Amino acid sequence: MSENSIKVPTMAEMMAEGKQPEVLFWVGCAGSFDDRAKKITKAFVKILNRANISFAVLGTEESCTGDPAKRSGNEFLFQMQAMTNIEVMNAYEIKKIVTACPHCFNTLKNEYPELGGKYEVVHHTQFLKSLLDDGRLTIEGGQFKGKKITFHDPCYLGRANQVYEAPRDLIQKLDAELVEMKRSRANGLCCGAGGAQMFKEAEKGNKEINIERTEEALSIEPEIIAAGCPFCNTMMTDGVKNKEKEGSVKVMDIAELIANAHDL
Amino acid sequence: MSILPNILFAIILIIGIGYFAKNVKKLIRNIKLGQDVNRKDNPSARLKNMAMIALGQSKMVKRPIAGFLHIIVYVGFVIINIEVLEIIIDGLFGTHRIFAFLGGFYDFLIGSFEVLALLVLVAVIVFWIRRNVVKLQRFWKPEMQGFPKNDGNYILYFEVVLMTLFLTMNAADFHLQYVSGGFSHYHQAGSFPISQFIAPIFDGMDNSVVFMIERTSWWLHICGILVFLNYLYFSKHLHILLAFPNTYFANLNPQGQFDNLESVTNEVKLMMDPSADPFAAPANPDAVPAKFGASDVQDLNWVQLLNAYTCTECGRCTSSCPANQTGKKLSPRKIMMDTRDRLEEVGKNIDTNKGTFVDDGKSLLNDYITTEELWACTSCNACVEECPVNISPLSIIMDMRRYLVMEQSAAPMELNNMMTNIENNGAPWQYNQMDRLNWKNEN
Repeated sequence: MSENSIKVPTMAEMMAEGKQPEVLFWVGCAGSFDDRAKKITKAFVKILNRANISFAVLGTEESCTGDPAKRSGNEFLFQMQAMTNIEVMNAYEIKKIVTACPHCFNTLKNEYPELGGKYEVVHHTQFLKSLLDDGRLTIEGGQFKGKKITFHDPCYLGRANQVYEAPRDLIQKLDAELVEMKRSRANGLCCGAGGAQMFKEAEKGNKEINIERTEEALSIEPEIIAAGCPFCNTMMTDGVKNKEKEGSVKVMDIAELIANAHDL
Repeated sequence: MSILPNILFAIILIIGIGYFAKNVKKLIRNIKLGQDVNRKDNPSARLKNMAMIALGQSKMVKRPIAGFLHIIVYVGFVIINIEVLEIIIDGLFGTHRIFAFLGGFYDFLIGSFEVLALLVLVAVIVFWIRRNVVKLQRFWKPEMQGFPKNDGNYILYFEVVLMTLFLTMNAADFHLQYVSGGFSHYHQAGSFPISQFIAPIFDGMDNSVVFMIERTSWWLHICGILVFLNYLYFSKHLHILLAFPNTYFANLNPQGQFDNLESVTNEVKLMMDPSADPFAAPANPDAVPAKFGASDVQDLNWVQLLNAYTCTECGRCTSSCPANQTGKKLSPRKIMMDTRDRLEEVGKNIDTNKGTFVDDGKSLLNDYITTEELWACTSCNACVEECPVNISPLSIIMDMRRYLVMEQSAAPMELNNMMTNIENNGAPWQYNQMDRLNWKNEN
């Protein structure tokens, strides 16, 4: 399959055809603009295409959920973003949303309902897991069979929303060897990007948080550090580069693992 | 027998409990200085939380050594207090071991109190060693200097003294119970699995001396308990009481869900309503516009203030905080300690000014908590997850960030840029919203 053969319908196109997709894929800002995260977006779309899932994106009608504004303390900007997005989504009568960004996931799922945006919101690892459970998607180990993979829990997926198993179940379906860091699941250490830290320099200290976390991950000698968040992905990738391990350790999103296993 | 001791006992008891009650009233008043927040919904889930987390100590055992030792001290504390009931009745009515009529069950009770007292002693000594000899890092952070450090040790000394007095009292009692021919009213009652091994030190002593030792221990023990009770209000040890309401009123929503400010919602709705009349007279022209976020304790909600009084400064939050672990100034425990210190200061201000707060030119922000601490937070929720009694330092940090951004426009420059981008082009970076789907056609 060539890169350009992915099918990404927009809600506007769907509506023009009088169709309603099963699920809205909320791409998010990182997934739309960040070079590394765009690869995750495409990997996920390829899986959706392969499983013949009827989905659509908002495209140019999508706008930041407001998460980084809210975590910075700018409740005004957050609610403006939220209400604008809600207006768009309610107009399309969206029922279900899937997103590959735990920050979008948390905000859409927990903070939008009170403002009038009530949807079923799932993280892409949960969605893929449900496709698997329903037999709509099969996962083969492929190149990852027997590989040592560790999963870095994104704060906004794990502690914030208690999703710990879906990403791990998927890794295990790849016949990979899932190894856990000392601090995992509810005890997982942040990558350092949350709470809008992604967009600013860290306060004065003696270490960067992503270095601390990368050291922990490298200490168990994985071949792949799996992530479920574009921001964690960036932080861990930077950490691995800082440790000059990018030759031997890859940082990959769960969606990329599955897409690559299928040679998509 | 003279009733003088009974009267003296009653007076001490009234003073001890009365002073404590006075401070509890102050505590409740201070907590009520906070803003309203509804935490009365879903009582069954709240009761369950309280039963599991406070009563059942479920989060304490996440760190097994401290958790196990803490359970010993906790169970010891709760169960040995049954004995206090007997002591109070005896003290008021001049009886001696009034529950002795329970027979075998009484033996069992006293026996288990003794075993627990010994276990508590051992646990407390290990706690002391962890603090002062092993010097666990979390007990030696900058905020743990001065009183907070001493406070932790005072509590341990208190418990050592109380347990020792309890066992000495029993040992002397045991000795007198078995004096040949009997001694005064010391008839055989209770079993003494621990103190019987202390009792031999009284062999050869005059009975009246042993009697004096028994009485002195008894009096010091109950007075010690009353002093300890009154020490609570001034100490981090308040958690033994407040852990229960604190877990009951704790947040039940997912940890990632931050509250939506209602005052903001109203304004945003108005802004987005095409039929709103921008020139309409405000419904209530005298209304004071809501303050956004928190710069002082009165701006926080009452649960956050309850959190501050509940915090026992164990430092699990700080030891799990990614910012703190990497040498940043932020310590979630310090956020709670600062909140309590400032609240106490505001409370004292109200006391000296006959019930009203007179501006003292200080605030929680800057005078206690610096912006450097606030901006170091990644909002990862590790502190909230760790807290054995469900305190949320994160919610205070967020409310203070709201004040900085919405009232003072004092966000770090890079965050201002990020927010400007969101406002202008719907993404935290400078990309055109019209380019949002470009990835579809890129290779």
